Amino acid sequence: MNALRIVRIGFVINLRMLGTSGFFLLTSTIQPVIFATVAFYMFKSGGRSGTLLYAALGAGMMGVWSTTLFGSGGMIQWQRWQGTLELGVGAPPPMALVYLPFTLANAFTGMYALAATLVWGRIVFGVPLHFVHPWLFLLALPASVVALGLMGLVLASTFVLYRYANALSNLLEYPVWIASGLVFSTQVLPAWTRPISWVLPPYWGILALRHAALGGEVWGPLAMLTLLSIASLAISTLTFGLFEHLARARATLSLT
Amino acid sequence: MIEAIELRRTYRTTTGVIRRRPLDVEAVRGVSFCVERGELFGLLGPNGAGKTTTIKMLITLLLPTSGQARVLGCDVVENAREVRKRIGYVFGGDRGLYERLSAYDNLRYFAELYGVSGQKQRARIDEVLELVGLAGREKERVEGYSRGMRQRLHIARGILHDPEVVFLDEPTIGVDPVGARGLRQTIADLVAAGKTVLLTTHYMFEADALCDRIAVIAKGEIVGEGTPAELKARVVEGRVTEIEVFGADQVTVERVRALEGVTAVAVENRDQKQILVVQATGERELTAPILAVLNGVEVVRVSSREPTLEDAYVALVGGE
Repeated sequence: MNALRIVRIGFVINLRMLGTSGFFLLTSTIQPVIFATVAFYMFKSGGRSGTLLYAALGAGMMGVWSTTLFGSGGMIQWQRWQGTLELGVGAPPPMALVYLPFTLANAFTGMYALAATLVWGRIVFGVPLHFVHPWLFLLALPASVVALGLMGLVLASTFVLYRYANALSNLLEYPVWIASGLVFSTQVLPAWTRPISWVLPPYWGILALRHAALGGEVWGPLAMLTLLSIASLAISTLTFGLFEHLARARATLSLT
Repeated sequence: MIEAIELRRTYRTTTGVIRRRPLDVEAVRGVSFCVERGELFGLLGPNGAGKTTTIKMLITLLLPTSGQARVLGCDVVENAREVRKRIGYVFGGDRGLYERLSAYDNLRYFAELYGVSGQKQRARIDEVLELVGLAGREKERVEGYSRGMRQRLHIARGILHDPEVVFLDEPTIGVDPVGARGLRQTIADLVAAGKTVLLTTHYMFEADALCDRIAVIAKGEIVGEGTPAELKARVVEGRVTEIEVFGADQVTVERVRALEGVTAVAVENRDQKQILVVQATGERELTAPILAVLNGVEVVRVSSREPTLEDAYVALVGGE
């Protein structure tokens, strides 16, 4: 068994499936533009200079998070409805490895949200696309996407056990936007929310992207993204193993 | 190759809307059987008899509540990953495929999951497509496939990694007669190629035509086991009389059942008509006593024939 090959083929196959989904393409094309438009008007009305790129990055990251969250939440449920969840579980590789490429592909498509937001901002609102550290920005982007994808993998593992756990994904969209500082700075939030922000990859992802674009320390957030990615991978390996065992005991892998 | 020892599986569900109470449903109640190398073993039973639950325990998708099962010497609970590497399984029905992918991409993905090496993948995929009769259609998306084509693709996926043991759960369900015949030939080819096959079905002729040995399962228990010929001989001695009637009520059927020598009576409803299938011991001629009991009921046709596996099955599962 070659883990890298499984990830590569699974990633390509899932991108191919997402590319044929009209619903997915429509929502992932339109949603970022709506987020971006709302964010630009909000920040414009604030009247502060130099914040348009700040807003554009936040809006883009909102799209990345939404795509990852709903992609991961829907993935297991969709596999269950389609009858392929049992095939994934019944395959020899560990379940986390089977579904890792799916969540990575979901997060990867979220990069489009970021790109679309920046292009939309440039064309419609005249946002200056000047990056202080362009190479670090190009490094921070995939690091953020991988970290979010792996967090999606942790979430996906719970959906194996609970048939309707993806309803949880609806509840997690806005709180994570706010706790990660995607809409506004976390400095305005109560102090007790800080530890929550610190364990969220979108928080460190947007920090890395904003610092790379507008100036600031990038390596610290990148290190945190790496750490959270490793932690997510370890947790998801454990939870997939545990939840797979419980799902086999409780018979929740199939619909019948 | 496959060994089930006192396998049991209970599902816990709930009943009631406001005050939910736990309810245990025993799907499989102490099933034991053994399948030898190169054998095609059939698990035959009505819907809800526990066939799929049994097969899912054997392929490691469900944990048994109690009992033990081994496939190729590996315990299905303790050594699930080893079992998964060495078996193939196929479920009947439309589900279980990536609809938006082509058949080729489906197979390529599963080839990767089952460790078919990169160099061999193309040749192996071509080989299984040829075997199941889908060669030339592999670039089409699965969502446009007919039920029969999907079933063929299921089988191709199940044998892609050349497993020693193949589990087939109602592989011909819902497939048209010509397609089903083709699938049965594919199954026979698998056995000819040396595979050990466990097949579940509720089609008697399919089990009769394909299986070396059969276990009949009803209400979660095995109620008969043997070769098709043994089952017929053991359960149905003598002859079977079929009487086509109009308007035989339950009391009349019970009167037929009470006749001396009658061992089982099954009633099939066909439109307005009923077919009474009467099994009797020995060579006793039952036409006259049956017609006497059916006095007042319109009899259309009476015929007598040799017992089939279906008669044996009906006798074993109690006319369900």
